[in-house]
Amino acid sequence: MNTTFTEAVGVARPRVEGRDKVTGAALYAADVPVPELLFGAVVLATIARGRVREIDVAAVQDMPGVVGVIDHRNAPRLDPETQHFFGPDGGLLLLQDDAVPFAGRPVALVVARTPEQAEAAARALPVRYDEEPHDTAFDAAHPAGRPAMTLFDGPVDVGDVTAELAGAEVVVAERYRTPEEHCGAMEPHSATAWWEGERLQAIDSDQGPFAVARVLAALFRLEPARVRVRTEHVGGGFGSKGMCGPQLILAAMAATLFRRPVRVTLTRAQVFLATAMRPMTEQVVRIGATADGRLRAIDHAAAFEISPLSEYIEGCTELTKTLYAAPAIRTRLTAVPLDVLPPFSMRAPGAAPGSFALECAIDELAERLGLDPIELRLRNEPAVGPASGLPFSGRNLVACLREGARRFGWETRDHRPRRRREGRLLVGTGVAASSFSAGAFPSTASITAEPDGTYRVLVGATDLGTGARTALTAIAADALGTTVERIRLRISDSELGPAWGAGGSRGTTSWAWAITQAAAELRARARDPDRPVTVTADTTGSLAGLAALERHSFSAVFAEVTADPATGEVRVRRLLGMFAVGRVVNPLMARSQVIGGMIGGLSMALHEEGLRDPVSGRHVNADFAGYHIAAHADVPDVEAGFVDDHEPGIPLGIKGVGEIGNVGTAAAIANAVWHATGTRVRTLPIRLDRVLEDGVHERFMP
Amino acid sequence: MTDGTSGTIRLHVNGVTHERHVDHRRTLLDALREDLGHTGPKKGCDRGQCGACTVLLDGRRVVSCLTLAVAAEGAAVTTVEALAGDGEPAPLQRAFVRFDGFQCGFCTPGQLCSAAGMLAEHAAGWPSAVTADLSPDAPPPPLDAAEVRERMSGNLCRCGAYPSIVRAILDTAAGEGVAE
Repeated sequence: MNTTFTEAVGVARPRVEGRDKVTGAALYAADVPVPELLFGAVVLATIARGRVREIDVAAVQDMPGVVGVIDHRNAPRLDPETQHFFGPDGGLLLLQDDAVPFAGRPVALVVARTPEQAEAAARALPVRYDEEPHDTAFDAAHPAGRPAMTLFDGPVDVGDVTAELAGAEVVVAERYRTPEEHCGAMEPHSATAWWEGERLQAIDSDQGPFAVARVLAALFRLEPARVRVRTEHVGGGFGSKGMCGPQLILAAMAATLFRRPVRVTLTRAQVFLATAMRPMTEQVVRIGATADGRLRAIDHAAAFEISPLSEYIEGCTELTKTLYAAPAIRTRLTAVPLDVLPPFSMRAPGAAPGSFALECAIDELAERLGLDPIELRLRNEPAVGPASGLPFSGRNLVACLREGARRFGWETRDHRPRRRREGRLLVGTGVAASSFSAGAFPSTASITAEPDGTYRVLVGATDLGTGARTALTAIAADALGTTVERIRLRISDSELGPAWGAGGSRGTTSWAWAITQAAAELRARARDPDRPVTVTADTTGSLAGLAALERHSFSAVFAEVTADPATGEVRVRRLLGMFAVGRVVNPLMARSQVIGGMIGGLSMALHEEGLRDPVSGRHVNADFAGYHIAAHADVPDVEAGFVDDHEPGIPLGIKGVGEIGNVGTAAAIANAVWHATGTRVRTLPIRLDRVLEDGVHERFMP
Repeated sequence: MTDGTSGTIRLHVNGVTHERHVDHRRTLLDALREDLGHTGPKKGCDRGQCGACTVLLDGRRVVSCLTLAVAAEGAAVTTVEALAGDGEPAPLQRAFVRFDGFQCGFCTPGQLCSAAGMLAEHAAGWPSAVTADLSPDAPPPPLDAAEVRERMSGNLCRCGAYPSIVRAILDTAAGEGVAE
């Protein structure tokens, strides 16, 4: 790249929308005033499988303020062929028939003049079902299990795993489990839809208005130009807002039937019950090694639950193809269809549960070899992609491990478990390595050079709290050779042109690429002192020219925990992550992102567990009291640092920072729990009973 | 005017008195957001579990989603919109920006109101669950990170901005947050 670096990229700057967010001025989807607004309250199915026999609309029709009820009998017909990220998606086809495929599926929308009136009528609406037997019991050996689709993280089988394992001097073979987990963005999903003449307008909390508008248009069989979706501020997504959500589909239906603007905001319980979750997983990892700690084989078989409504991949085995050299590597993914909420990507999909299994197994191997877990990792550092044979674009895992170890004080660690005690507490430390795939998706951007010397930069990006607005402003300033004060950035609108959404740790790379390409084209043109000059760039062609390499960000996460042998309570006392994430656009925000990710990983390790009642098939802890996410008191002062890194081939040398923080953290904490207590907890979360039942109590109480 | 399900009340919000006819079921949060246009307070759960709706009621922090609007009549309500004096963000707000004490920003109005209320509680000598000395004549506990974390635990943040929030609060409490 011949980009001239001024000082915007690489400088720690507060968020450009910071003032709006601390004064309450920032408007989120449910905050935008819309005249003549009606409110929709969603009714969810209470059975896990069966059919709706009767919905007694007459019973609520005359309640105060009720405008109408939509169910499968009067809902607008949606196009069943509508494609989503993973293909045709029955999860989108709301209120189209009487089938109930999972508990939590919307079965009706009640529309009224106030939120209270809508909610009262929704609660009063009699819905009767014909129940059918359901199956929500996940098991990797479930007879319905079948190979997962291979859009990414397809199976590999390199070398002879069976022979290598047979010849290995030490073999670890263990089973790991992770529960259903929920994104839990603080902002519940909300959409407001209305018709303006022939155009369907919507304000929606989502992670990519362009793609969402396309899906909405397809569902309602509208020309794409007739649908506009906007979203100024989004209160977190973490994957759950990556798709065209039920709030938007139902709001659009209501706007269509009642010809008034309608706002549909999910309740917190409905966010749990009706928007994407991370599926439950069960993983078996087998690692064979020589006595001096050289890996001979890694065999990783992962299974996860899905819904028959929608394809999805929880790519648990990605890191297994990336992190360590071994002559034989085999991975496979099994999808088990059950009568459950369709899973979808949750922050670090696949990598978060997958790294828990792989990195705990590596730690178990180090234990059996009597080796420092860092030394074991260093001995198995690959020269090329362990499964692909492709070169790495850059690989700074070793730097992360070494620098992290130095900052954490790892060298004084006694690697044997149960060696540290402070008062009644057992103390331990653990480490995990991680990676997350890097890259970019096609996007467009338009830049207009105004006669007054300012630039209008339009890109269909969105800022979920990632800092995209601030980062793209800096990137545009550098690419145009100007200052951030002269950049007027517009994002968060489907009208701004095709763009990848905020997801896959590819938002900033994808949008930055389009902006830098447009800027380069603009700078090659003559400036017109009297009229605006506009250039639009599309990166589809440039991306096709990107060399096929193993492209990943890397990190090493270190944790120190205390465990109370009397109660089984584990608390994280220190958490440190070293990251190789390419060029860092804004150190202040990047640090916040990776620390936030590590806190998500801490929460995954110790707290989060969606519980399903086997009798009803229903999710029983669908609120923040029952489904605990890490709170202030759970979180120590987390440290994060960056090693020098640069991604060749991608403009500015950047990679994503949105997900790598989540990866590895749960394993680092689980490994620290073992180091403290001698107990391997292989099922998340690391609950008190799981620590106690493994015998810590008996072994350590005086 | 009052009928069986609604009535007219006066709400004092950020120094301004409003008269509104409200549904008796209407929470203070919904009254602020839907009737008065104060969309700073956020509805994250509507069950008092997340703290995003936290406002100050006569200077004390409350979750406005569990406070009925009719029950707030006569009290002085302060929302995030009024933490700024004379249009300039308060030191606490500036510290949140400077330390990056938020990402998506949705929990931020609640974190800020909660922090303001918490600092006042601490200054008044209230102990917390992690305060070591609970004897009646004990001096106010020093405001350290553990105290702040404990006292702020009613305010969830899914982005994981907690360490920066704690730093911003401690910095403000130390009086260093005034200059920028």
